Amino acid sequence: MTTTIPYETAIAQHGPTVLRVCRAVLGPGADAEDAWSETFLAALTAWPDLAEGTNVEAWLVRVAHRKAIDITRTRARHAVPSDDLPEQTSRRGIPGQDDGVWTAVAALPERQRLAVAYHYLGGLPHAETAALIGGSAEAVRRASADGIRALRATFTAGHSTDGASR
Amino acid sequence: MTDTPTTPEDLTARERTDLFPLPDETLDALRTRLVRRAGEAGLVDVAYRTIDTPLGPLLLAATGQGLVRIAFEREGFDAVLSTLAAKVSPRVLEAPRRLDAAATELEEYFAGTRRGFDLPLDHALSSGFRETVQRHLPEIAYGRTRSYKEVAELVGNPRAVRAVGTACATNPLPVVVPCHRVLRTDGSLGGYIGGLDAKSALLSLESSA
Repeated sequence: MTTTIPYETAIAQHGPTVLRVCRAVLGPGADAEDAWSETFLAALTAWPDLAEGTNVEAWLVRVAHRKAIDITRTRARHAVPSDDLPEQTSRRGIPGQDDGVWTAVAALPERQRLAVAYHYLGGLPHAETAALIGGSAEAVRRASADGIRALRATFTAGHSTDGASR
Repeated sequence: MTDTPTTPEDLTARERTDLFPLPDETLDALRTRLVRRAGEAGLVDVAYRTIDTPLGPLLLAATGQGLVRIAFEREGFDAVLSTLAAKVSPRVLEAPRRLDAAATELEEYFAGTRRGFDLPLDHALSSGFRETVQRHLPEIAYGRTRSYKEVAELVGNPRAVRAVGTACATNPLPVVVPCHRVLRTDGSLGGYIGGLDAKSALLSLESSA
């Protein structure tokens, strides 16, 4: 049997999760939005053939992982060196606002960032996350825990965001 | 936001949305862009939208072939969409523009300025005798009514009165396919998928316009 879930339902239920994963992996800009679009377009193509009972969210997160890799490769081919780093505005005093947390996510060490993306935000188990990003399940567990601890310390307590950057 | 000193393993769905906020307008824009690209790629098998009418909200759904379903709110829109996903295709997307023509004609009908519909229809949800009956129903003119028995005669099967009743009760395209114009022989309303109030409202609209 294949799925009988209206695709619109899948977008409504999992659209935000997939966008969080894309933002954590690619930063909160156009790349993440492109990855989201490519993910949901590819998933729509495959949708009628999806086996009934599939964990739709995990399936979408794995598609997003592949699309993020495609976009990272494309970006690397077209990268233009720049002397001007994007200006970092202070978000002190408005925790949880704008792209604050996403900027902090982008500043995490890569392993932590990817572990946070696929395990915490995408909901994939440690072992499955490890299969995507390399390393052991235990290493993923530690990296994601460290990453979340750093983000939570910065944001949940209502501190300024500067501390999480480096 | 709470300050509960939980371990990272306890990140809850609530905390996920609080700690990692997303702008609603970004998600809306992404969804709109997806629907447009899906349409261009021919991947929208069932498009739907809702409209407000004097009978309450109606759900309209169309395939590439034409209007395939009109549903009253009392039927449960989620249930109707699930049925479309199962019986037609799960590539079901809210794509309002694809139903602009149907929405306009229905609006004119409810305003009393339209007496017939000029919309392509997809009878994919019906088959056999039911489909035959439903295809004949538009022959009953605006403002007129027929009995179930008369419709049975119309489709050439005068003894199939009960089957005509079933065909009307299971009409997937109410209002546009005018099963509301079929009454009991004694003139009483019979049944209606949108409720008897909706049926009498449609009949009084047509008798007064």
